[in-house]
Amino acid sequence: MSLDIALILSVDGLAAAAIYLLAGLGLVLVFSVTRVIFVPFGDIAVFSALTLAFLEAGRTPPTIALVAILAGLTTAKECWQLIRQRNLSRLPRILLAWGALPLIPCIPAVLAAGRDLPPAVAVAISLGLVLPIVPLLARLVYQPIADASVLVLLIASLVLHFLLSGLGLLFFGPEGFRTQPLLRGGINLAPGLFVSLQVVLMIATALLLALLFFLAFEKTLTGKALRATAINRTGARLVGIRPSMTATLTFGATSLLAGVVGILIAPATTMYYDSGLIIGLKAFVAAIIGGLGSYPLTALGAVAVGLVESFASFWNGAMKDVIVFSLLIPALLVRSHYSSHSDDGAEEEV
Amino acid sequence: MGTRSLKHMFAAVAVSALALAAAHGAASAGEIRVGLVTPLSGPIASQGIPFSKGMAAGQHLIPGVNGHTFKLIQLDDESNPSLSTRNARKLIDEDKVDVLVGTGGVPGAMALASIASESKLPLVSFTPLFLSGEKAAWSVTTAQPASLMIQAVVDTMKANGVKTVGYIGFSDSWGDLAYNTLMDEASKAGIEVVTNERYARSDTSVTGQALKIVAANPDAVLGGTAGTPGALPYIALADRGYQGAIYGTHGIINPDFIRVAGGTAEGLLAPTGPAVVADQLPDSHPSKAVAGEFKAAYQEANGEEAKDAFSAYAFDAWKVIADAASRVDPSIEPGTPAYREALRDAIFQVSDLPVTHGVLTFRPGSPYGADDRAAVMVKLTGDQWVLQK
Repeated sequence: MSLDIALILSVDGLAAAAIYLLAGLGLVLVFSVTRVIFVPFGDIAVFSALTLAFLEAGRTPPTIALVAILAGLTTAKECWQLIRQRNLSRLPRILLAWGALPLIPCIPAVLAAGRDLPPAVAVAISLGLVLPIVPLLARLVYQPIADASVLVLLIASLVLHFLLSGLGLLFFGPEGFRTQPLLRGGINLAPGLFVSLQVVLMIATALLLALLFFLAFEKTLTGKALRATAINRTGARLVGIRPSMTATLTFGATSLLAGVVGILIAPATTMYYDSGLIIGLKAFVAAIIGGLGSYPLTALGAVAVGLVESFASFWNGAMKDVIVFSLLIPALLVRSHYSSHSDDGAEEEV
Repeated sequence: MGTRSLKHMFAAVAVSALALAAAHGAASAGEIRVGLVTPLSGPIASQGIPFSKGMAAGQHLIPGVNGHTFKLIQLDDESNPSLSTRNARKLIDEDKVDVLVGTGGVPGAMALASIASESKLPLVSFTPLFLSGEKAAWSVTTAQPASLMIQAVVDTMKANGVKTVGYIGFSDSWGDLAYNTLMDEASKAGIEVVTNERYARSDTSVTGQALKIVAANPDAVLGGTAGTPGALPYIALADRGYQGAIYGTHGIINPDFIRVAGGTAEGLLAPTGPAVVADQLPDSHPSKAVAGEFKAAYQEANGEEAKDAFSAYAFDAWKVIADAASRVDPSIEPGTPAYREALRDAIFQVSDLPVTHGVLTFRPGSPYGADDRAAVMVKLTGDQWVLQK
């Protein structure tokens, strides 16, 4: 292997790492705050990618219907709960928060579909459409079982993944889509090393979002509330942090991350309704390297997964995924050597 | 044993006798029953639905032969080989079909071939079959063997002066099949295969594999791929500035491939069946007239234009059955074992039957009947496949 091949592979690996970084951050965030291993992360990314592809092709994205159905189901569930509790005074608030609010992004989407849109507008509409999906799903699926064990939540996530991937097939059809690159052209870093601006955009966006997350967690009150919930749910509740509120916030942030992942990856690869799982699983490897709790280690894990994947595809393309998932074995060995299991048990009792 | 259970037994015997009589009566004289198993739902429904429509076109054009009418009985196998098996048994045991047709996907079609040889009735498939010996005695397919298609590719490479070829394909059985066939054909043509790169259908990047191919710098690259996931290597090669010729297999001939590959697959050469480029065929080609008949029959039977690559194979299956049935001795009644055997013998005597995909000649020992007239080379120009001479 010569130096330029190694450089090209590294750039390719870093572009993939950017995607795994964002997805890994989302997984760690959701797990630390709500103890849910959010398997359907990739599916949400696929929804945003395919929504963008549909908008570019001048078709009405079926995501609008998905959001409307989810909002309807969630509102019905919330209203039913209120009626059973005979607490009708909160009804207008619930209708507004779960019925009307998620539908707001659908309005520009309905209006803009079928027109020739500037890329920035199409991206904004896609992100807006994807944004309510995870909070709605979480309210519908995870909130009633919020205090169940990690295993129950994981199984619920798995079921949700299959459901979403099936819905993806129903709504978007079996064929794959690629979107137009957001930036064209590139820069020559060295002779023989051409880096496209799209790759630069991917890496820059990932770094910027990671930085924003860091600042939000360190500096804002909401971020501190999320961190408090992550460290100790009972303690957080005692000082007046509402777990359902932090959960909704977390899922909203995850939705946004998944949406950005979809937008970034869609021009670089062909997205199918079922492409999400493998992206989510590789990000999961990164998150495991971070112990499902540490953001900096997850970032390192994402870089490792991206680079290993890229070099493995050069040495032995057929064994690429085997090599990437083999990273789990040393990661788990080291993790289990240094961690004690007492805190896990305590959490289960909550 | 008490009187109760005796009563039950009598009832059971009476019911089965009635059922037998009904079944016998149903398989009335003068009706050739064609049992079709095809995936109308599930992941490969995009093949199965056109297969069903192609059969409908066939029935519309040739509703009967020798005074017998064809009766088409169709069951959905939901893209699931175990359901293909169950449905085939149902068609044989309950509907007493004379000939079985189906199904989408190699595993399902292979399952049908096993049942056909076990139940001693002919199977006409439109999916590639891998059979030999006893099992091959009852089954034929209208699909071209992969070797015929890859041979057409290698012949074109040779004519274009290609000396070295790089291979990149799926890491599954289709990738293996294309690679092994390429190795056989290339060694005969004196062409050297310099890379064997693989990727999974779900992969998001093949930069590593493309780099390796560019480093080996072959005169041409063959992609052993299918459908839209098959576009990935051509995109990666174009990104890495590969200048050589690009070739593909017949698995990528579909409009969605062109959409996903964008401009990167311009000039791609691939083999396909003549039906795909029917309007560009010279009048002397044996498929030209049949393809016209097919187009009209499809339009009348289904009320829409044939736009896919699959329905023509099913139409060919109908042509094979009709041709064979027309040569069965009229004194043999359909619905009997004797008829099924006679029909099988007639199918293996099909000679030079012009169909939409070339000309079919079936002989015992092989399920394939296509010859080199069933493979044409096309070139991707703009967003059209253009027939190469």
